[in-house]
Amino acid sequence: MPEPARPQRQQHQVGQVGPGERLHLAVALDGAGWHPAAWREPDARPGEILTAGYWADLAAEAERGLLDFITVEDSLGLPGDVESGGLDSRTGQPRGRLDAVLIAARIAPLTSHVGIVPTVTTTHTEPFHVSTALATLDYVSAGRAGWQAQPSPQPGQARHFGRGEHPADGPATQSGTRASPGPDMRRHFAQAADFTEVVRRLWDSWEDDAVIRDAATGRFVDRDKLHHIDFEGPWFSVRGPSITPRPPQGQLPVAVLAHTSLAREFAATAADIVFLTPASVGQAAQLMSQVRSAELSARRSSQPLAAYADLVVFLDEDESAARERKERLDRADGAPQRSDAAVFTGTAGQLAALLLEWQAAGLAGFRLRPGAIPHDLERVTRALVPELQARGVFPAACAGGTLRERLGLGPRPVNRYATELGAPA
Amino acid sequence: MTKQVILGAHFPGVNNTTVWSDPRSGSQIEFGSFAHLARTAQAGKLDFLFLAEGLRLREQRGKIHDLDVVGRPHTMTVLAALAAVTEHLGLVGTNQSTYNEPYELARQYSSLDHLSGGRAGWNVVTSPDAFTGENFRRGGYLDRADRYARATEFVQVARELWESWPPGARAAGEHEGQSARTGDAPGAFAHEGESFDISGHFTVPRSPQVHPVIMQAGDSDAGREFAAHSADAIFTRHTTFEAGREFYADVKRRLARYGRAAESLKVLPGSTFILADTEAGARERAHYVRRQQVSPQTAILLLEQLWNRDLSSLDPDGPLPDFDPEPEADSIIKGRARLFDDHVATARKWRAIAQDKKLSVRDLVIEVTGRQNFIGTPSRVASEINRHVQEDACDGFILVPHLVPGGLDDFVAKVVPLLQERGVLRADYEPGATLRDNLGLSPARPAASWARAREAAGPHPARSESAHA
Repeated sequence: MPEPARPQRQQHQVGQVGPGERLHLAVALDGAGWHPAAWREPDARPGEILTAGYWADLAAEAERGLLDFITVEDSLGLPGDVESGGLDSRTGQPRGRLDAVLIAARIAPLTSHVGIVPTVTTTHTEPFHVSTALATLDYVSAGRAGWQAQPSPQPGQARHFGRGEHPADGPATQSGTRASPGPDMRRHFAQAADFTEVVRRLWDSWEDDAVIRDAATGRFVDRDKLHHIDFEGPWFSVRGPSITPRPPQGQLPVAVLAHTSLAREFAATAADIVFLTPASVGQAAQLMSQVRSAELSARRSSQPLAAYADLVVFLDEDESAARERKERLDRADGAPQRSDAAVFTGTAGQLAALLLEWQAAGLAGFRLRPGAIPHDLERVTRALVPELQARGVFPAACAGGTLRERLGLGPRPVNRYATELGAPA
Repeated sequence: MTKQVILGAHFPGVNNTTVWSDPRSGSQIEFGSFAHLARTAQAGKLDFLFLAEGLRLREQRGKIHDLDVVGRPHTMTVLAALAAVTEHLGLVGTNQSTYNEPYELARQYSSLDHLSGGRAGWNVVTSPDAFTGENFRRGGYLDRADRYARATEFVQVARELWESWPPGARAAGEHEGQSARTGDAPGAFAHEGESFDISGHFTVPRSPQVHPVIMQAGDSDAGREFAAHSADAIFTRHTTFEAGREFYADVKRRLARYGRAAESLKVLPGSTFILADTEAGARERAHYVRRQQVSPQTAILLLEQLWNRDLSSLDPDGPLPDFDPEPEADSIIKGRARLFDDHVATARKWRAIAQDKKLSVRDLVIEVTGRQNFIGTPSRVASEINRHVQEDACDGFILVPHLVPGGLDDFVAKVVPLLQERGVLRADYEPGATLRDNLGLSPARPAASWARAREAAGPHPARSESAHA
């Protein structure tokens, strides 16, 4: 990949990042890396993917590189082709994985700056449990938690939950008849939007000052500041309030990976952050305009979505080494890597230039998917970050604060229920 | 043979045992409170930290109950975080078999077991009420018998999932015997039963304990039987010496039906304690804590639960009502376990006690509810705990402090060394020991073995339910 001319921003002093020019950087962590053969690399640790130490080391590396956040992928099933019953000729690719929220909680006390954003599906889980789990992640990380919300349409995963067999699914159910998601993606995303609405209402169901500890009246809590959320929908009804007080950030940043217009609509309705997968700078601009029109049709009133482009990255000191390494991995796997996101092979300097070029399309930043871990993660934190710092678009020190603050997602949200009662008793 | 004393630390609960009006009372939700209690428990070489769970805020007379501590974290998430600040302590969560699905919950417990190096435990509870169900898509009512049937099958499915990967299989890499065909992907499972009909692939290879420790909380006949055929430990309310011995003998006797040895099920009562340098000082302190736990408002509210009607105009410093309860009316309290069996008889008994001892409403409630189990000097409390264990009233205790986060500090500083001196509590943890190891339990038995033993025993003849489950 040829190195484009460096933009003028490099004239800024190191560490002095002007407003609106800051590039946000995240890494997506998944197993041994995003290439299916990554676990075969000599420096991979395939036997440790299920240990806390592995994830603690990756989080420490991300934090050392001042990255804004890490995402932890998850799925309630093995890789898609296995679950859907199709043939999978490649033996030995990573299959085992742990619950992402629990990995996130396990590393939260060991880190102090980096944001932690696990994936949780909206299809088979309970919005009540997911809301309290994420609120708790926000407590144990002191306000650094986020959530990648993702519907799971795979039929194999539905069989893990055996729909319709639960005795409480009958007509006596409090929530009334429960619709089966079916194959229709529209319904999956509609359910995801309802799900996210419930999660968010539950986060607000405690006002910030609900706990009063008033010895004179014997009251621990002001019950007027606890709210039923009374959500009714085709898939669930949830009464509330939450069992967990409002999380430190008030509302956690919610992210959605969007490949389709349905996913962009869901993001515009429910999320703060959208992950996009453009193949080129031109396509990045095109996707951005589609995101803006999705916001219009969703009548989005909050701050516009912060858009991040996903890129799979193979980074080395010279371009050919990166390309050859990627080809070697492809050969080991028996096929070129299939990827929804663009695959970059090259040097950190080339990647820095590309990111700046793409950012001009209106992106807030990038979520890089390391091809192989630890190699490509360390090239991001130790080579790409200094390149970006030298170009004046990435801070030289960590500013601290909550994830919301760090990502520029606006002030701590006002509680949707706080204004309703206004009048004191 | 001298038994080892098993000790768990219960994070102070969402009820009036937990004192919030004390100046030393800290946050019920900040992670620092949980980390403090866990670190203290580990410093005292305790076996595990225990978290209870309630999935709906309690309501009384249609309003959210506001007198007690309220608000708690998501159980599994805070336990995973605690795994980061402890190295040896067991981490036991309480989770419903009613408002969860086996695939998801088994995956979370297996994940916690991996992330903690084999320290996970699951206290299985069953919920009776549609009130709590209003928060869940799978909400709704299960009657008592169905609840335990579902719980039994739930745990069975979880065990099948936990061992669905072959021993030694890693998350990535070639697996022994694996061919290119899809059907050979690891983690394949299929379960068809009354409550669950599920199949597919589990995503988590075997965890260090393979099966996290299974506890069950509930003293009813069905609960005891569930423990006998499905659990490694039982959390009970039977804390007095005589009641404890009776309960212990009953539960251990049930094991034979399922081909289990007596030491394969641990009996652990929940227990409060008050320590002071002198016996008189401890009694005085106990009374002070009781008054903190039972505020005038709390006394009236508890009486309302027994009378099952509005008593808000009653004077807490005056006498008890001279009329009888209305047990037939719809219960005014929602979201907690049933407290009373016979409302009218209990009310008459309480009235008699109050008249006899000339007690006000508040003093009567202090007298008849939730007294501390161990009150005394550290030496006396250590002796009592050890006596209960050695004389088979239990195998240990789950300690319930009344203060967050420092409620266990004194116990660890003063009672633990005395138990260690007697040789009934470890001086240090064995490196790499799992929770199962620390509790003196054998390695996990295969799922099929549990199922076979239940099948061989046949259906359990149901007996009358006790007051609480």
